[in-house]
Order: sequence, then C-alpha cells, then structure tokens
Amino acid sequence: MNFDFSDDVTTMRGEVRRLLHDRFPRGAVRQQVDAGAPFDRDLWRELGAMGWLGVALPEAVGGADLGYEALCMIAEEIGGALPPAPFASSVYFAAEALVLFGSAEQQVRWLPGIAAGEAVGTVAIAEGIGDPRPGGIATVAAKGALTGVKLPVVDGDIADFAVVAAKGAGGEPGLWLVDLTAPGVTREAIESLDLVRRSVRLTLDGAAAEPLPGGQDWPAIERLLDRAAILVAFEQVGGAQAALDMAVGYAQDRFAFGRSIGSFQAIKHKLADVYVATELARSNAYFGAWAIANDAADLPVAAATARIAATDAFSLAAQENIQTHGGMGFTWDSDCHLFYRRARELAVVAGSQRYWRRRLIDRLDAQNHG
Amino acid sequence: MDFSDTPQEAAFRAEVRAFLDAHVPAKTPGNRSYASRAMSPADVAASKAWQRTKAENGFAGILWPKAFGGREGTPMEHIIFQQEEENYLVPASVFNQGVGMAMPTVMTFGTPEQLERYPRPALFGDEIWCQLFSEPDAGSDLAGLRTRAVQDGDDWVVNGQKIWTSNAHFSDYAMLVTRSDPTVAKHAGLTFFIVDMKSPGIDVRPIKQISGTSNFCEVFLSDVRIPDSQRLGAVGAGWKVAMTMLANERFTVGKTEGPDFEDIFLLTRGLELDGRRAVDDPAVIEHLADWYVQSAGLKYARLRSQTALSRGKTPGPEASIGKLVSASKLQDIATYGIDLLGQAGAVMDPAVAPMNAWFQHALLYAPGKRIAGGTDEILRNIIAERVLGLPGDIRADKGLAFNQVPTSRRQG
Repeated sequence: MNFDFSDDVTTMRGEVRRLLHDRFPRGAVRQQVDAGAPFDRDLWRELGAMGWLGVALPEAVGGADLGYEALCMIAEEIGGALPPAPFASSVYFAAEALVLFGSAEQQVRWLPGIAAGEAVGTVAIAEGIGDPRPGGIATVAAKGALTGVKLPVVDGDIADFAVVAAKGAGGEPGLWLVDLTAPGVTREAIESLDLVRRSVRLTLDGAAAEPLPGGQDWPAIERLLDRAAILVAFEQVGGAQAALDMAVGYAQDRFAFGRSIGSFQAIKHKLADVYVATELARSNAYFGAWAIANDAADLPVAAATARIAATDAFSLAAQENIQTHGGMGFTWDSDCHLFYRRARELAVVAGSQRYWRRRLIDRLDAQNHG
Repeated sequence: MDFSDTPQEAAFRAEVRAFLDAHVPAKTPGNRSYASRAMSPADVAASKAWQRTKAENGFAGILWPKAFGGREGTPMEHIIFQQEEENYLVPASVFNQGVGMAMPTVMTFGTPEQLERYPRPALFGDEIWCQLFSEPDAGSDLAGLRTRAVQDGDDWVVNGQKIWTSNAHFSDYAMLVTRSDPTVAKHAGLTFFIVDMKSPGIDVRPIKQISGTSNFCEVFLSDVRIPDSQRLGAVGAGWKVAMTMLANERFTVGKTEGPDFEDIFLLTRGLELDGRRAVDDPAVIEHLADWYVQSAGLKYARLRSQTALSRGKTPGPEASIGKLVSASKLQDIATYGIDLLGQAGAVMDPAVAPMNAWFQHALLYAPGKRIAGGTDEILRNIIAERVLGLPGDIRADKGLAFNQVPTSRRQG
C-alpha cells in the first residue's frame, strides 16, 4: 500500500515551490493588483516553459505527460502561492474539456498553446444565479453559432477561447468551442470577488462555434465538473495550508498581555481545528488524486467528497487567519484577504456546497440501490 | 499511489483470513451487534479464549519479540490483522491494555525477572491487566496525582484512590503510578509499580455511568504493600514510564465504536419524513454529506499514516485527529438520529426504537468518548503545541514542589 505522492512528484514539488516563491512572492501579487494588471503574461509563459501547464497533457500536444498526480501537486502549490495566472480556467477546465471531449484537430489547435503558456482558455457554463443544471442553460446553438449570455466567466477578459455550454438541436446541453476573438463575441468586465481571477459577462450573438464531439450531453458536463472539482480541491488545500501557516506564524510572533498570543488556548484550539479540517481535506483530496489518475469508477463520489472537505477547510482557514491577525488582518495591505477572497471564489467556481452535498448523497443512495 | 498489498502483505492477509474463517463467523448486516453493556463473566471468559486462540496461532503479539511468544512481524502486518479482525464477530477484548500497552512498557523497563514472569501469560489470555493512572484530582493533569508510595524496608506502602479504571474488577495485575516524593516538582516525584490486584488493601468499586451501566471502576488502595522487586523503572522515573505506556496507546486505539455515517444513512433511507424518504430531505442531506466527508477523511488519513508506517516512520501526534473528530461525530450522529424520530426519539426500548435503540444508547456513551484517552481540549493542545509548534501553556505550578502546588482542595 502506498497512499502518498510518488518520489518523482515529491521531488518536483520542491522545484515548483521554489520557483513560485522566488518568481512570485505573495506581496508582489498585490502590487500587480494595485497597478491594475493582475495577469502576468511572462509568468504564464514561464509556467509553460517549466512544463507545468501541460504536465498531465499528452506529449503529442506539447504536454509533459507526467500524469495527474503531478498536476494535483502543482495545483496544491499554486493554491498556496496565489500567482496571478489563469491556471484553473485554462488547465482544469478548458484543457480538460478538450482532452476529454475534443476532436484531434481541436486538441492540436489549442492544447500546445496552453502547454507553452501562449494561450489562455476558460469555461462558460453558468448563466447567472444558480448551480450547474440542464435547465439553467438557455444559450442555444444553431447552424454552428451560439447565442446567449454567460455570467460569470472567470478569466474571460484574458482568455483566447472558451468551452461553452449550450443547447443543441435536441435541447440537450453540450459543450462548444468558441474563439473569443471572433465576431459576435462581447466581453464586459464585471467587478469580481477575486482580485486576480476576474470574471466577465460573455455575450454571444451568433458567435461561430463548433461542438466538442464527445461532450454533447449533460453527463459529459458533470464529468468535467467532477474532474475539475478534484483539481480545484488541491488548490483549496494548498490555500488552506498557506492561510494556516500565516496564522500560526503571526500567533507565535504577536505578543499581548505579556505573552505570545499563540499560547492562549482560544487561539491554539481555533488553529488546531483549522489544522484538523485541512488534514481531513488533504486526505480526501489524495483519494481524489488516486481516482483521477486511475479514472476510477469511484471518481464521482471521490470528487464530491474532496470538493466538500476542501471548500470547508479553505473557508475556515481563510476566515480564522483574518481573526487571528486581528485588526491588521482586516487591512488591504495584509495578505489575509487574498486568501479570504480566493476561498470564496473557489467555493463557488464549480458549484455551491449545497449542490455538491446533494450530489454526494444522491450518488451514495444510487450505489446502495445498485 | 497504489492501494494494493505487496505480495508479502497479500500473502499475510490471506493467511489471516484463513485463520479467522476457521475460528469465527464473519459480520453481516444482520448480525452486527448494537449492544453496549458491561462485560459479564461469560464475556470475559470468551475474550480469554479468543486471546489464547490468537496467541497459539501466532496472531496475538504480531509486533512482539519471538522470545515472549510474539511474531516479530511488521507494523503493516499488525494493521492488516486489525483490519481483517474488524470484519468478524469476535468477543470484545479485555487485553488491549495488557498486550497493547502494559507489556510493551514492561519490555522497555522491566527487570529480567519481570520479563520472565509477565508478558507470556498476558499474551496467552491467562492474565488480565488494567491501568491505575487517573485520580479524582488528576485527570488531564495526570502528573498531579496524589496516591502516595512510602518505602518501608524491602516494600513500598501505597495509599490513595484511582479512578476510571477499565476492567479493574476482573484484572489480575495493574500498572500503577504513584507519588513517592512530594517535595520535588510534580513530574520528578513519581514512581511506577506492577501491583497484584489481589493484594490486601485493594478495594474495587464499579462506577455507575450516566447510562446506568458500569464500564469503569474506582480503585481504593489502603496500606497496600508492594515489594520493591515489583517496581518498574527507577525511583522518581515514574513519569517517563507512564508516558511510554500512553505512547503505545495510539497503536491500540482503533475506530470509535458506535453508529457512523453508514448507520444513520441506513436509518434515513428507511425512514419517511413529510411524505418522502428522510434521505431526500435537503436539511438531512446537509448533515449526511458532512458526516460522510468526515468519515472518509479519517479513513484516508489513516491510510496516509499507514503509508508512513510501512516506510518505517512512526505515527506522530497527528494521529490525535482520529479520536478528536470521531468522538464529536458520534455524539452528533446519535443526537440527530434521535431527532429524526420526532417524539418517538425519546423511546429507549430496543423493541420499539430503530436499530435496537442504538442511537439512544450511543447518546449516553458518546460524552465519555470525548473525555477518555485525552479530552477534546487536551488533544487540541497537543495538536497546537506538537504539530503546529505554538507555545506551551503558562503553568501556575511551574518550578513548585508538588506539596506547594495549589489544588482544588488547597487553593493557592
């Protein structure tokens, strides 16, 4: 039995952490946000050159073909470092959709660009308030063109292409590939909770689109969400760990009433609870990594489990990090809110907790009937 | 990542299954036991017989040296046996403290005579051991214990009171920690003994718990004479011996017994609420999902620890997570399982309440799980200090001789 990352992935983790830390210390993110340019195209190319964007992609499309365990590890490190890069949109959603459902030609058109850090992709499923559901898709595909409004589309401002959910001829929602620079595509920036991963309202008015051949039903969209949920869970675990580390560091250094505030049980017990939530989330995410790496039959249950635990852990860690910092944690200049904002963004990017809890229990219920 | 056994592990697992199949029935959904009651003399006899069977077949002391009847196996083999044994209806064990905790401590500190005398009968189910540690005034702060040992010639004379002792009324021997010198700091004045539970002056009284049953005892020691040859470790080294014994506890504490996710899931799938199955109710789903996620997280955390073990590392204080999470989860599940029944939730008659009133019984033993073996609060301190590296508590008794320390009776 070996329920841990391989030695190769563990070695690689050290390199990933070092480069992210050296190339992109957390404070620099805020400077970039203050300067109004949160996307660093040079960093994106660097991530591509390191082989991280295409780490799980086949070599034929410019990938490193190192497998999903490596991608999970990178996601965890990205989650702690918060680099200004559209990693989730491009890698967990757009590239995954093309790998799972795209034609060979579609894959060759976009995947090498993502792997090299030359292209940015995203996914557009939501159409306003509500969790993913077939009835929530009003965008229609007719004669190779899409018409509808997608909101929010994360990283839609910088993406070159989007994988868009739209209803085809039979009324069944499927996934369509849209070049966002083509006529009929309008992108309006909207204020977003996350300072780095900003959303747009995407209006499609007869925008040229082609179907992803393997992704023309709702179960395909759910499969994409399941796999993305596992990868996002690793980002969340990385974020939770980083927020916990920040809080522990501050609690050790800050003195009040003549002692380190970390010696008070009110702080110790709070941070112990954050640690417990993070370790349970990490353990569930590990099972998700195994499921995605082996395309296991258990993947839908593993995904929901990893997602629920990681969302709760990151939310708890981010909010208690601010609380531990006291008033200083409430300022723009502290890094605390970067995690607090990201925790909420990731908590809804693939559907709410209510949505995933229902999916988990429905799936377990169905297994017991089976 | 790979969940499969190595060829050696698979061979051992097959050997274990063959042994269990030959001796005990497997658990099935119909024959799960929901009862939680005190051990009867028949239960003790069954436990002894099963312990002997395991020992004779080489499965009792998997981590023990061969010299004491053990297998000298690997930690993974120990885990594999526990995993497989959980799937069978075996008698509740009265040997966890003796075989899992006391004897490894004897093997660390014992004299040649003690090593010759004690481990083997414990392993083969002939002698039952208990632990005389906690006192009415020394629970979480174990080093504040007051049971006094005074040397008198070749003997020690012991007076005091111990509490929360499992199995004391049918134990043959006990691991006893005493205060031998109250004039030095509290951790420095302790001495450890092996005591014959049939010694004159030992009075065992069962404690009636909130459930009305008795799983623990009070043990009164009045002028109990213990030969110095029964001392374990040096005079004044009792704290170190006690900590060694407690460190072995994490190898013996398994899954918290009681209703878990799958049990309340079964209840909600069979129960009708407002014209639909309870499992289809959105409020119920919120709770069920969280319990599944916690249970799964604990299971996979255990697999991560086992991976560390199989690589020759010892499990660290992070193992404290298991009991901290599962004890509260048990209490929550018991409470909610009762709430789901509405007014009928107050019925404790096993013939009427679902699953033989398992949730009602669990409600009454769950509080104990959050206290025994380290309270929730102590476990959070351990995590904060030993895992996260936060500073220790400021102690009001630091540097004081024990007899100067403020106590409940003697306030400073």
